[in-house]
Amino acid sequence: MSRDLYDLIGLLAAVCFILALKGLSSPKSARRGNLIGALGATIATVIVFFYANNGQALNNQTLILAAIAFGVVVGVPAARKVQMTQMPQLVALFNGVGGGAAALVAIVEYLKLGESASTAVVVATVFTVIVGCISFSGSIVTFLKLQELMTTRPVVFPFGRQIIVLTLIGVVVSGGWVINSGSTTALLINGLLSLLFGVLFVLPVGGADVPIVISLLNAFTGLTVAASGYVLETTLLIVAGTLVGASGTILTRLMAEAMGRSLFGTLFGAFTAKASSDTNQVDTRPVKSGSAEDVAILLNYAQRAVIVPGFGLAVAQAQHTVRELADLLAAKGVEVAYGIHPVAGRMPGHMNVLLAEANVPYEQLVEMEEINPTFPQTDVVLVVGANDVVNPAAKTTPGCPIYGMPILDVALAANVVFLKRSMRPGFAGIENELLYEPKTTLLFGDAKDSLTKVVGALKKL
Amino acid sequence: MMASELMSNELALLAIFILSIFVGFEVVSKVSTTLHTPLMSGANAIHGVILVGAIVVADHAKTTLEITLAIAAVVLATINMVGGFVVTDRMLQMFKGKSKSKKESGDDK
Repeated sequence: MSRDLYDLIGLLAAVCFILALKGLSSPKSARRGNLIGALGATIATVIVFFYANNGQALNNQTLILAAIAFGVVVGVPAARKVQMTQMPQLVALFNGVGGGAAALVAIVEYLKLGESASTAVVVATVFTVIVGCISFSGSIVTFLKLQELMTTRPVVFPFGRQIIVLTLIGVVVSGGWVINSGSTTALLINGLLSLLFGVLFVLPVGGADVPIVISLLNAFTGLTVAASGYVLETTLLIVAGTLVGASGTILTRLMAEAMGRSLFGTLFGAFTAKASSDTNQVDTRPVKSGSAEDVAILLNYAQRAVIVPGFGLAVAQAQHTVRELADLLAAKGVEVAYGIHPVAGRMPGHMNVLLAEANVPYEQLVEMEEINPTFPQTDVVLVVGANDVVNPAAKTTPGCPIYGMPILDVALAANVVFLKRSMRPGFAGIENELLYEPKTTLLFGDAKDSLTKVVGALKKL
Repeated sequence: MMASELMSNELALLAIFILSIFVGFEVVSKVSTTLHTPLMSGANAIHGVILVGAIVVADHAKTTLEITLAIAAVVLATINMVGGFVVTDRMLQMFKGKSKSKKESGDDK
């Protein structure tokens, strides 16, 4: 296959990627957009087999095909079987392995770079290794946080800021060393320091901000792909990588805006804020805990009820039960709406996806800006497994990890019912004052069990 | 390759890079919060095309070390690409159910 033909087909794939991103930006065309993207990726992968070795079978072709088959066998079932609740960490993981792949490509390319390589190519190679490694280790840490294999709170340690700055200096200096010396040892040290920096960079990020970091690391991986496209002189990789880098940056900013956070504050907030040691204190103040019957009675005599879903709903897979409850209330003449916080759950839009799965009518899903003014006219708010997104500390406690995040003002409603597993604080690890208010009733237990009991009690009334 | 030719090639790559930045910015500048997650996931799958780069270096690889690293890159890139598109499709499949229920819910209320 001639270079011209290869580039031409590569251009076709690049257009597919642009159309994919465009399609994904609108609900109607989103699914088609994703399929167009997949088509572009398939085209790009197939034609490289006909081009890379001047039309002959590639060296190591059997190994390559086996590796692709293995990747498919690992990736597809993981993507198919994953629970809705675990999708965010799967995306983080996929992003991490992509960054890892880019770093490996750059390392192999580096080992083969001869004396003739231009400085620009060496710089691009080192850049790919550094950012790819950061993306890889950073994504692994976000995965561990979201999977709750490690603490979800910001990890702040003594001299953290100094250590991270020193590591960054180490990354830059060792990168310069690689470029000057061309030594493999230098590259190894550079890679290891970059991996360390990725870990340190993500550790202090609080649980609720993790989605923003995933998005940022996603943009990082895009840039590494673009840089490796430069090294390998593959235009398609430059276009695809840059597209993801640019759109990922915008998306990161949009997400941060939706949470009312500055990007800078998200990434470095944990360094500037004091370690919130007071969250570990066990609060012994009394709370009002009620039975399913109490909650059913409260709902039965409400004129307007708002359901605020959170991650607990996703964990308990209670989306169908919550719909059953809402339908029952609607049949009894109660006006029901869902108050959807943009970042409820573990990712923006998580609740929309979950409730859409249970066929909740789209009109009932009300976004934060629209539902907030209606809370004073609301009799009962049913908070199902949400915490941080209704925590008034975001408004009242400067310095707490979620300070400044817009919240659902459920405290303005006449009654608030929390369905919670325990008194454990939310993902961000902050105490919620609202739990101790006299207007608040707590119903402990798994969200699905509790909802089923409430539905049962409501049917008897 | 002559020096001037090399230069124009590099310039062309730079132009592609800069234009791609603008396209990337433009394409996603208006997107509702609902679609943030699938969009991120879809973009994530797109950078899986690093698979192309992984295949190219696997073809060039000579020593055992190079081959091992390159093949590892192929595996990781494939997981990123294929898994990414499948998981995005699953997310969007659930959105599709929404428009269907819109019609169905007509007699609910």
